[in-house]
Amino acid sequence: MNAVLAIAGREIREGVRNRWVLATTLVLAALALTLAFLGSTPAGTVKASPLAVTVVSLSSLSIFLLPLIALILTFDGIAGEAERGTLLLLLSYPVARWQIVLGKFLGHTAILAFATLVGYGATGLAVGLTQETGAGGWAPYLAMVGSSILLGAAFAAIGTLVSAIARERAVAGGLGIGLWLFFVIVFDMGLLGILAADTNQTIGSATVPWLLMLNPADIYRFFNLASFGDVSTFAGLAGLSESVRIAPPAMLGALVAWIVVPLGLAALAFQRRSV
Amino acid sequence: MNAQPVELKGVAKRYGAVTALDGVDFAIEPGEFMALAGHNGAGKTTLFKIILGLIRPTSGTVRVFGASPQSSQAVERRRAIGFLPENVTFAGNLTGIEMLRFYARLKGAPLAQCADLLEQVGLSDAVSRRVKTYSKGMRQRLGLAQMLLGEPKLLVLDEPTSGLDPDSRRQFRTLIEERRKAGTTILLSSHAMVDFEETADRITFLREGRIVACGTLDALRKESALPVRIRVKAGPGAQATLAEAVGDLAEVQRINGQSVELICAPDKHVAILRRVGALEAIETVEVRPPHLENIYAYYRDGAHRDGGPAK
Repeated sequence: MNAVLAIAGREIREGVRNRWVLATTLVLAALALTLAFLGSTPAGTVKASPLAVTVVSLSSLSIFLLPLIALILTFDGIAGEAERGTLLLLLSYPVARWQIVLGKFLGHTAILAFATLVGYGATGLAVGLTQETGAGGWAPYLAMVGSSILLGAAFAAIGTLVSAIARERAVAGGLGIGLWLFFVIVFDMGLLGILAADTNQTIGSATVPWLLMLNPADIYRFFNLASFGDVSTFAGLAGLSESVRIAPPAMLGALVAWIVVPLGLAALAFQRRSV
Repeated sequence: MNAQPVELKGVAKRYGAVTALDGVDFAIEPGEFMALAGHNGAGKTTLFKIILGLIRPTSGTVRVFGASPQSSQAVERRRAIGFLPENVTFAGNLTGIEMLRFYARLKGAPLAQCADLLEQVGLSDAVSRRVKTYSKGMRQRLGLAQMLLGEPKLLVLDEPTSGLDPDSRRQFRTLIEERRKAGTTILLSSHAMVDFEETADRITFLREGRIVACGTLDALRKESALPVRIRVKAGPGAQATLAEAVGDLAEVQRINGQSVELICAPDKHVAILRRVGALEAIETVEVRPPHLENIYAYYRDGAHRDGGPAK
């Protein structure tokens, strides 16, 4: 376990040194603050909790941004070391390959988690101090911050997998961008297209939420927009009947699976990689 | 850990149609300094990777300290090995001392060693500089420092002196010599054979993935039967006498008016020296056995297979 922590620690230190941590935290904080204060203006005098409105707008943007940041942070992890020639030395040390995968993932996820907690946490505090939030507003907001970390971790795991498979950095980068496009944009459009074409309704309405579990970004969206009554009203998802809902813990479980499975595959791919 | 540090039997490694190593039998005794020579692509790095357990041989058995480097305990056993890869690089924004501490943590070596080691390799002034600003020589020094972490029992060095200035080379040799005296087993590959001509216990020549020769410098000299050159300083008058006296044992080459060179088989040179010593008008005699460089060239060019010593 010491080796895992040493590798994670190096990634974190490197992230601090090359300003990745600072830049990511600032971007997330700026984005969240902007959305919280500008985005909640239309709520006006409506009896809407400003935090609930912020959850809707912020989670919609996190879906695009967090996976992108996570992939950019991780795609270089193994492919980059191989290309720079530092991997050979690392592998000659008393450290198993899965430990390298896990260490890098933990380090990168710690950076993402820190940026998310500080950026979104500061925003939550700012909103809470300046506006009337109501007691009910905090649960969805905290759930959003927590699931944002899980979303970042899921894409960090996917990025680590890409890095373990790709021969070169450039390939890993391309694959990462491709996966980002797929999960964040193409998947939903494709699903929508299929549902629109499916005039006979062979895909029942109860199946659709489960199809969404095939995409970590959709799990995140579904979890945040449909789990809490107040939020789902603003998100326009209040009409979802009980039958098509998936229990929030199950969704979180699915998100965790999106961390564990790619990470396991990454360890497997790295084990088979020749150096 | 008293087992034989390295033992390979019938090891072959093929990458598709390319054969990197073929039928390699190779062993290093505890405390031995083994030098490995061969041109680029002869399979030296592949051999190192197999010994370190980074790749699996296509066939044959490998034992490092008595166990396969692919076995489950092998990862732990790497604590006893220090490795310096060819053209070692360190990327990133960490400083020299931070980088070394990272490797110390990985190896479970005391962090207190780090500052000492950096001083030993002459990097004390650069400990808090970022490694990506290091010059080639400094990277090599940091590479040495990480190799020595945790006092390994086996050192594996791939072309450690390539690209180093003469001063660094000398320091480097001293450092290695110290470890050797402390009983560390050393496996080293180098193009600059002259660096290790005097110190290596045995030398292995690798050519196209096969071991073509292995032995002490003396044994290799004998086996290659490369000629010994005797340079004699003798005036023009004495040269004819000299040619007459040893003409049957050596080829006599006139260098200039002042000296001649006698080229002879290694087992003849003592007989020649006796005759030369008996002559008058001889000023100095200098015996030059074949250098490791010559022996290396002999095996590298495959002359041993064509029969007869190289000229």
